[in-house]
Amino acid sequence: MVGELTWRKRLFGLWLPLLAFVVIALFPFTWMAATSLKTNAELYNPKANPLAIQNPSLVHYIDLLKETNFLTWVANTMLVAVVATFISLLLGSMLAYPLARMRFRGAALLAIAVAVTYLIPQTLLFVPMADLIGRMKLGNTLSAVMLTYPTLLVPFIAWLLMGYFKTVPKELEEQAMIDGASRWRAMTRIILPLCLPGFLSAGIFAFTLAQNEFLYALLFLSKSSVRTVPIGVVGELIRGDAFYWGQLMAGALLGSIPVALIYSFFVKYYVAGLTAGAVKG
Amino acid sequence: MSKILEASRAGALAAPARRTLGLGRLHAFVERESVFSWLMLTPPLLFLLAFLGYPFFYGVYLSFFHREVARPATFVGLGNFVTLSNDPIFWQAVRNTILFTAVATVLKACGGLAMALVMNQDFRVKAVTRAMLLLPFIVPTVLSTVAWQWILDPGMGLFNRLLVVSGLATTGPSWLGTPTMAMISIIMVNTWRGLPFFGISILAGLQTIPVDLHESATIDGAGTWGRFRYVTLPSLLPVIFIVTTFSIVITFFDFQLVYVLTGGGPANSTHLMATYAYSLSMGAGQMGLGSAVALSMVPVLGLLLVLLTLYVRKD
Repeated sequence: MVGELTWRKRLFGLWLPLLAFVVIALFPFTWMAATSLKTNAELYNPKANPLAIQNPSLVHYIDLLKETNFLTWVANTMLVAVVATFISLLLGSMLAYPLARMRFRGAALLAIAVAVTYLIPQTLLFVPMADLIGRMKLGNTLSAVMLTYPTLLVPFIAWLLMGYFKTVPKELEEQAMIDGASRWRAMTRIILPLCLPGFLSAGIFAFTLAQNEFLYALLFLSKSSVRTVPIGVVGELIRGDAFYWGQLMAGALLGSIPVALIYSFFVKYYVAGLTAGAVKG
Repeated sequence: MSKILEASRAGALAAPARRTLGLGRLHAFVERESVFSWLMLTPPLLFLLAFLGYPFFYGVYLSFFHREVARPATFVGLGNFVTLSNDPIFWQAVRNTILFTAVATVLKACGGLAMALVMNQDFRVKAVTRAMLLLPFIVPTVLSTVAWQWILDPGMGLFNRLLVVSGLATTGPSWLGTPTMAMISIIMVNTWRGLPFFGISILAGLQTIPVDLHESATIDGAGTWGRFRYVTLPSLLPVIFIVTTFSIVITFFDFQLVYVLTGGGPANSTHLMATYAYSLSMGAGQMGLGSAVALSMVPVLGLLLVLLTLYVRKD
């Protein structure tokens, strides 16, 4: 009796809702995959079963790689995301370290100012930003987005790292300084290595955000050879009103895979970064 | 002064190589907490001033000018804002942005709470499940949104194909073709994407609730609902508040979802303030007017955040 009751409770309280959440989360990706593997004849045949694949074919993938600069876009996206993440981590930690661990005048005000930058709409910035990029002669170069993405990432990274920096006891640093280390040495040799998980969290988070960015890429990268995946897919695979769904879905899936792979290796740090602010705050 | 001397003596002791007086003094100066802090802070602050501060103030400045692409700007004072106040599409965009943000955030918060409660049980494939549930949040928005556009396609999209095959409808609705359905669709896709953020964050919050709180509530005779209402929910409120605030800001500024899914259509009915600002600036070339729309977002967002805070305080 009791066994049956808990069995039912498990089914309705755990497995069925869990299944529903997983199906909702994943069905767009399976639909992406299914579409990309069907031939056009099957794809647009109203009598065919939408959920089955009768004649799997790689034709859309082959067309995608042959007819477009897709691989260049993937390479551009990776390069931009890596450089922007690196710059943001460097600047973000320079901002977060004093704010988290030092006492100086204006610290509180500065911390608030950094948080407030979240409330500035990107749509207000893009016209002046385009102006700035134009004057620096950086239009249609990857440097344009490598320089502008950190403006979106640095405040966020600083905020996340501050949480990690605060957790290291001040005594460690003081002890090192009594032993003759300078502040710089105490920071680089003792405090920062202890915060490695924080850097991994902030890094993986910044990396996914940089891969995701759309507005600045849309504005600054109009030449096909410098485009990133999101902007290439929207700009070149959607041609007027005619949609090439097979190719589009192949591109969307291939574009998602690198992010998903990298994320799957660091999922622990990603979740830590995601929840750090919420739980500690 | 004596403090510096002391510090410099300590520094000199620590690093005998730096016994030269000038270097020792410099060293002591750099070792001061405030000097060290500002040396660290200066590069990132200069960067943010150049690439965030300057564009921001220039954007504010632009909103007071009538400026079209490749034409000299003329000062119009509050003229752009007056134009906007008589522009029905602007008010439609404001209403849409508030509706979109409010409905999507409530759906995400409720769904995320449910997801967290389900995930907070013991089962075997938990880590893998969590990774799968987070996928909508990490895959580039544009790519998943393009997939949704195909799912919602009126003729051959997944939803309408399923409706027709299952016999529930002879022809499915035009998901993105009518103002109401298009609005429902963009809220649905935003909810789908943002749900895991709430779910996983609230789950982390759930795991910090001490077990003995639940135990003592059970001893006091609380049932499942009672424990949820009087133990779980109050403990979660701070987490939910922070995640909700964060989500409101992100949802409010959402651009790419609407840009890709509907482009603001049909007939400007799904424009958010962000997409309207973009279409005025880039589409119509009215940069001053576009900047004015973008600037108007700040007080509207402020209002939403104040309302949220008041609502939480009242509780």
